[in-house]
Amino acid sequence: MRAADLTTAALLMAVGALVVRDALRLGVGWGTDGPKSGFFPFWLAVVLLACCLGIVVQALRRADRAPFVARGALGPVLKVLWPATAAVLLMQFVGLYVASALYMGFYMRWIGRNSWLAVVAVSVGFSVSTFLLFETWFLVPMPKGPLETWLGY
Amino acid sequence: MGFENLLLGFQVALQPHNLLLAVIGVALGTIIGVLPGLGGANGVAILLPLTFSMPPTSAIILLTSIYWGALFGGAITSILFNIPGEPWSVATTFDGFPMARRGEGGPALTAAFTSSFVGALFSVILITLFAPILAEVALKFGPPEFFAIQLLTFSSFIGLGGGSPLKSLVSILIGFILASVGLDIVTGALRLTFGFTDLMKGFDFIVAVIGLFGIGEILLTMEEGLSFKGASAKMSPRVVWDTWHILPRYWRTFLRSCFIGFWMGFKPGGATPASFMSYAFAKRFSRHPERFGKGEIEGVVAPETAAHAAGGASLLPMITLGIPGSPTAAVMLGGLIIWGLQPGPMLFKEKPEFVWGLIASMYTGNVIGVIMVLAFVPAFAAILRVPFAILTPLIISICAVGAYSVNGRMLDIWYMLIFGVIGYAFKKLDYPLAPLVLALVLGDLAENALRQSLIISQGSLLIFFVRPISGAITAVALFFFALPVITPWWRRLRGVSVPDVSPRET
Repeated sequence: MRAADLTTAALLMAVGALVVRDALRLGVGWGTDGPKSGFFPFWLAVVLLACCLGIVVQALRRADRAPFVARGALGPVLKVLWPATAAVLLMQFVGLYVASALYMGFYMRWIGRNSWLAVVAVSVGFSVSTFLLFETWFLVPMPKGPLETWLGY
Repeated sequence: MGFENLLLGFQVALQPHNLLLAVIGVALGTIIGVLPGLGGANGVAILLPLTFSMPPTSAIILLTSIYWGALFGGAITSILFNIPGEPWSVATTFDGFPMARRGEGGPALTAAFTSSFVGALFSVILITLFAPILAEVALKFGPPEFFAIQLLTFSSFIGLGGGSPLKSLVSILIGFILASVGLDIVTGALRLTFGFTDLMKGFDFIVAVIGLFGIGEILLTMEEGLSFKGASAKMSPRVVWDTWHILPRYWRTFLRSCFIGFWMGFKPGGATPASFMSYAFAKRFSRHPERFGKGEIEGVVAPETAAHAAGGASLLPMITLGIPGSPTAAVMLGGLIIWGLQPGPMLFKEKPEFVWGLIASMYTGNVIGVIMVLAFVPAFAAILRVPFAILTPLIISICAVGAYSVNGRMLDIWYMLIFGVIGYAFKKLDYPLAPLVLALVLGDLAENALRQSLIISQGSLLIFFVRPISGAITAVALFFFALPVITPWWRRLRGVSVPDVSPRET
């Protein structure tokens, strides 16, 4: 946990440094009509850097050897994360409805070992009902792909 | 005068289609509250885009009903499955689950729902009485006062939130920094975009809420490898009636929890510490403290009453000051802005039918809520018997739909995933997420209030201290900021150690 704490603090400090740099570019002082654009972000980042230093000191003082993620627990987390990322990637090309149907079907078959009937029913059912709800009823468009174009949407 | 306004509100809230929306909202909210990974805040966030085409009053009635439903739903999973669906129902598991295992699930649920109802009703009555007065006072506020109130909002996370004050402060700062990405509306300069046009529009907090609370929560749930083995509850009018017969005995607990809940919820800090505090007090004042944790009905009454009282109270600063008391209230505030309303005290003058319709709908929403959950507990509990392999991709897909529909940008779905990973890491490392979200929502407002104040004072920070109202609020805020430093010192001075009863808000 200590290593994770230190890494996070270091990353946040990098963010803080980036903000300071950009704020200095914009100007942090008093402009013609009040504080310049960089004024507020600059002080936020300065306090952030100070806080992260404090967290680093606290973490270094503590002898905490517990790992961030227990050995057995990383698997289930990644098993959720990578199919989800793949599904989002797929959305760019085939649209949200097809991608989420494929994603749900894949996940149910792979993790849940559900029967093909259940897989098809749930994944297609979800996509069709979302489509009807958003696209036709509430008129909120979702990303669409070739299949929807072929169907005339 | 207040009474007439309330009548006006009831005329709005009791319109058939608004009542129907309340029923739909409570049902959806209860489902959201039951599902792990979908809480009040991201439930409201995901469904917010569906309200864009509605009239604002109907939209806010739908959203608040979802909120009440989520509050009720949290109790079902806590009691029957020993899994707190919401952070504020953690304390409910202490006695609720032992009761359910003993076969007293019915009485435990009845007690929980009734307490929730009482707590919420108490808050709503206080809101009805005090909201107009507070709005009247707030009308006299200038930029320094608003900035001081925002300072108070964030200081209470640090001083009263529990957990590491440094990490709470970091969360707040990250929220503010994310809020400042994009176009600076005062000078027109581009900030923190580093040449990427995609960053110009900044980060939408609704997407952040869906990622941080939705995806992050699912990852955590997966890691813990939960399996749902629940107790079953038999609900019948007889059980409800018998439980209602014994509940008045605990009127002291009800009253105390109502006040704790309202007080904690009115200030940001929220429902979760309120529920723990109320549980601790109930145990301390009980004649049988040894029974707590083993299935004492009072241990269900206390946290549920307080959590709902706090949940209601967090809407008070939202409608009167335009400053949300909880992440869910923050999402609703975002809704107000999207519907074209200016949140804040002027709402009472300009849109009385909206404000009073909202307040009246808190009464109707809670009545509908308590009836629905009492009647349909088995149906809601059955949701958790759906296998996890179906729930997980379903929830993630719904989150993606919600994130996309906010702005219609594919990029937001990527942001949602990234926020999900950040939310997971932050939660594990004890960085609180609620202040981050509030800072992201309030960022522009806070910065504008600060800048305008400094322009008024020609750059002197003294303006926050010399004006009487802002001076008083700033002083309290500074006290809260200093509290983590003062408390250990004070304890050493008195030579006692006081047990900490307020865990963090998530």
